[in-house]
Amino acid sequence: MNNPQELKYSREHEWVRVEGNRATVGITDFAQHQLGDVVFVEVPTVGLAVTAGQKFSVVESVKAVSDIYTPLSGTVVAVNDALNDTPEKINEEPYGAGWIAVIEMSNPGELDALLDAAGYEKFAAEGGH
Amino acid sequence: MAEKTPLYETHLKYGGKIVEFGGWLLPVQYGGIIAEHRAVREKAGLFDVSHMGEVTVKGPDALAYLQKVVTNDVAKMSDNQVQYSPMCYPDGGTVDDLLIYRYGPEDYLLVINAANIAKDWDWLRDNGAGFDVKLANLSAETAQLALQGPAAQAIMAKLTGAPVGKLGYYWFLPAAEVAGRRVMISRTGYTGEDGFELYCRPEDAAYLWETVMEAGTPLGLAPAGLGCRDTLRFEACMPLYGHELSPEISPVEAGLTRFVRPEKGDFNGRPVLAAQLEAGPLRKIAGFALTERGVARAEYPVLADGRRIGTVTTGSYAPTLDKNLGMALVEAAYAKPGTGIAVEIRGKAVAAEIIPRPFYKREGK
Repeated sequence: MNNPQELKYSREHEWVRVEGNRATVGITDFAQHQLGDVVFVEVPTVGLAVTAGQKFSVVESVKAVSDIYTPLSGTVVAVNDALNDTPEKINEEPYGAGWIAVIEMSNPGELDALLDAAGYEKFAAEGGH
Repeated sequence: MAEKTPLYETHLKYGGKIVEFGGWLLPVQYGGIIAEHRAVREKAGLFDVSHMGEVTVKGPDALAYLQKVVTNDVAKMSDNQVQYSPMCYPDGGTVDDLLIYRYGPEDYLLVINAANIAKDWDWLRDNGAGFDVKLANLSAETAQLALQGPAAQAIMAKLTGAPVGKLGYYWFLPAAEVAGRRVMISRTGYTGEDGFELYCRPEDAAYLWETVMEAGTPLGLAPAGLGCRDTLRFEACMPLYGHELSPEISPVEAGLTRFVRPEKGDFNGRPVLAAQLEAGPLRKIAGFALTERGVARAEYPVLADGRRIGTVTTGSYAPTLDKNLGMALVEAAYAKPGTGIAVEIRGKAVAAEIIPRPFYKREGK
């Protein structure tokens, strides 16, 4: 498992990349492996106000439907529309072209509740529950 | 506690991701469902189907007994032939769907669904009263591999001197040798591709798996899991018990009309099924393609004219066709290709259109 050091991770298997007051969110390499071949992604809509822990996207693999939860509160300011045509980017580049949305954070203090790469790796290695 | 097939350790060795299915621990995938699906369509895939059940039916009344319990006409079979048939309750609902192997006029083998073994066994025994037949449940003593795909025949030819090339679709060789082990080989499968199913002793299963993999790997053979078994059979629109067939869904409703033969005489469910054939069923399994974005899944409501007209029985991304397709049990009036319907996905009506089945048919078949 290759989890970038500079990212933060949730216990729901999302990653967060912080740039100023904005946070890009995607699902982790562990999560995409668990899901298998991703065939459909329902991205949130730009402008959507979200609260940490709220369902804001759906990722479907061949066999399963998985809800994706935003780890942070704020407003969705950008979404990865390319996933409409190339959902497999979630499998191929979970930390790159497979990003899901960018959130303008309303409460950056929520970042403190997230795990660092080492903490997430330990969590995932224990089964991730 | 879920059971293990004789190939459990082999699956782990090949990187199989194990899930519980119908009371069995089996690999859902090895490398990935889509890659395995493509391997079967383009080259070949090897499946462990040892979880399937086997029941032998022997005795002077074997044919008369089978004619009563299944809907197809077993009298039409020749020795070494295989027949597909639904098995129904008196109300026309489906107990199971199965393969019948005829060794001789008084000697048959039934291959039944893993999740239904106990139920089928009870049903088959209860129906035996008054018939001079002997039933035996050999499920625990039989392992089964399915080699499926266009390269299947070439792979088999490397492993056996038996005339597999001459074996017709839905015929079998009762006693052949594959890599020195005694097996029964049938030209059957559940993927929509050419292929063979090998029935063997549990203690030979792992050896045969390794031998088939060794012979097949240069020809593109990949180990294949339950995940692609489902997407493959779905594209070929083969019914899955519990989805397209169930105690609440008759084989006529499922579109399996050519496997229901009222002209053969009396059998369980005949009055109901004959009436459905005659008048046309009120509900039918139909195929559909989503025309808007989304993936339909089993149990999702099907809508038309502002109301619910049915339920999705299987829905998935179809890898060979690169479309999101489904099968649904709908009111018969809405089952015609070209009909506009919608599937309710997470509370939203997503547009779809009824399309002909099967979705996928291999060339030359």
